[in-house]
Amino acid sequence: MENILSTASAIREGLLQAAELDKNVIFMAEGVKEPTGFFGTLLGFDKVLDSSRLIEMPIAENGLIGIAIGAAMNGKKVVISLQRVEFAMLALEQICNNAAKSHYVSNGSHSVPIVLCLVVGRGWGQGPEHSQSLESMFAMFPGLKVVMPVFPGTAKGLIIGAINDPNPVIVIEHRWCHYVQGRVRSEYYSLPLNGPQLLQEGRHCTIVASAYSVLEAIEAGQILRKYNIFAEVFDLSVLRPLNLSQINSSVKKTGHLITIDTGAKFLGIGSEIVAQVCSESFDDLKSPPIRLGLPDHPTPSSRALIDYQFYPNLLTILESVITQLKITGDLAQSIKTEALANRGLIKNDVPNPAFKGPF
Amino acid sequence: MNYIDIYKKMKYIRVVENTIIREYPMQEMRCPIHLSVGQEAIAVGVCEQLNVNDKVFSNHRCHAHYLAKGGNLYKMFAELLGKADGCCGGRGGSMHLFDNSVGLKVSIPIVGSSIPLAVGAALADKLDERKIGTLTVVFFGDGAIEEGVFYECANFASLMSLPVIFVCENNLFSCFTHISQRQPARDLEKLAQSHLIETFRANGNQIINVIETSNRAVNYVRTQHKPAFILFDTYRHLEHCGISNDDHLDYRDHNEMANWLANDPVISFEKYLLEAGAVSSSVLSQIQKDLEEKVNLDLSKAKNAIFPDPSTIAFHVYK
Repeated sequence: MENILSTASAIREGLLQAAELDKNVIFMAEGVKEPTGFFGTLLGFDKVLDSSRLIEMPIAENGLIGIAIGAAMNGKKVVISLQRVEFAMLALEQICNNAAKSHYVSNGSHSVPIVLCLVVGRGWGQGPEHSQSLESMFAMFPGLKVVMPVFPGTAKGLIIGAINDPNPVIVIEHRWCHYVQGRVRSEYYSLPLNGPQLLQEGRHCTIVASAYSVLEAIEAGQILRKYNIFAEVFDLSVLRPLNLSQINSSVKKTGHLITIDTGAKFLGIGSEIVAQVCSESFDDLKSPPIRLGLPDHPTPSSRALIDYQFYPNLLTILESVITQLKITGDLAQSIKTEALANRGLIKNDVPNPAFKGPF
Repeated sequence: MNYIDIYKKMKYIRVVENTIIREYPMQEMRCPIHLSVGQEAIAVGVCEQLNVNDKVFSNHRCHAHYLAKGGNLYKMFAELLGKADGCCGGRGGSMHLFDNSVGLKVSIPIVGSSIPLAVGAALADKLDERKIGTLTVVFFGDGAIEEGVFYECANFASLMSLPVIFVCENNLFSCFTHISQRQPARDLEKLAQSHLIETFRANGNQIINVIETSNRAVNYVRTQHKPAFILFDTYRHLEHCGISNDDHLDYRDHNEMANWLANDPVISFEKYLLEAGAVSSSVLSQIQKDLEEKVNLDLSKAKNAIFPDPSTIAFHVYK
């Protein structure tokens, strides 16, 4: 049986089904029983789970994430939800040392099955410390796994996969992906954390995106298709372990690569992907790879300061494809015109209603 | 409780540390070493109150805690020597000692970092009804009490009534810096009391005081199902990291040092036992000889052990 769910509701369904199957799954959050249910991802858990499994976190991220790690090393599976990624920075020592390295340093004796659900905000003036997408920072550390779900069906499988994974998993939930709708199988199912997922097949160029950028990339692919340009679009989905075999194969076929970071372009995951693809498939490249991502300065609050080009979007993606494929003249102009018509006057600081789905 | 057994446990740690002091210059133990010399009584006195299922979390200065909880000496030496049989298989070195079989869960070198792990273990035990009655001890120093994570953990442990004992070994120094340069003159017990945690205090160099105090704290936690805090006053005999006396650097107050060194936990207990007629000096000599023999046996076994296979370097990043 299938239901149409939002990604937030699909995450909730996955968490709840995993918790019902395994009594060792416990939840921690600052506001674990809050009435709005953590963007819906923990909604109503207090009505169905024993209250001892819903642990209210005092406002002490370093201590409490360390406590979660200690509980996980002693038989619990702990899911921690933080309202924004930035709060996890208070606990980097615990995450990057004790969570990431316990299995290695103990020569395989200890494991830390925790899932950190960290939410990325965007738009509506959230400003420099409430809208950072810091997946690359977590992806630096061997021992962590880093997942960015987009669509509800995969989000449910990935969140269950994250709970079943014996390693610490960072799940970066883009706030705007929470609204995406799609079909979700109602039964319990788990997806392996071994990303990327091929979304559109193509032979002319390769586009690798993650989180909300995936939706922009899909729309770009759909427009290009009308002009007989076929982009191969990947949802990176899992940033660590980074598995680029499909992407290398794709680049060997297309000769072109565009990466789209949700966070900063500088040292973004796109930097690593481009470096690895250049090392592996240099001779297959027909154009310099293009990395898209946020510019090299903080994100201000005022919508007046954030122009249309600030976030990678349909237009910047299409312009990148036009550059790489050396598309000129009327064709280039038509593609750009269609992009502008599609996007119209949609603001940069609110989600694109067309991206809601259902997919 | 047998005082001779207690003495042997303290002396055992002292003999191990002295063996490391002897061996370290050979440059086969190639890792930073933080010796427990001078702080043996705290580890022995506290662990004496614990069962094998009770858990201990330690820090960079972990040798005494590891040995007092019953950690395998051969695996410790092997770890210091970087051998495959080391408790971490050569991946941790002296600051990461653990022995799951005796409940020495982990040692973590970052100051204060193991405190939440201990509280988390206590939380897991509390949630698991089969484990009611077990407790967790975390050892840390006067430096760790300056870390915010201590307060975060004290708050949560008190709020949740967790069976954990915070053991603060105040050895007065963080590397070269005396506590008076780092903290206002204050009663450290009050820091825990402000979180409504029951506190205990003793001279950490007097084993009988340590045992009595730990016993009261352990009984409190086991019967009241609440956390406790013990403050032990003590002194680090040697340099922060390494095997030497670094007093030529002249950073320690001479009178303070003289007082504490005259109050050596092992030697003062020896004197006590001799004066009480509990042992003769020949028995003490025999104890030392037997311990040295046992320790040297494990050391030579560890020295002869094989190194880990370099091809395994990337193993165990993920489970």
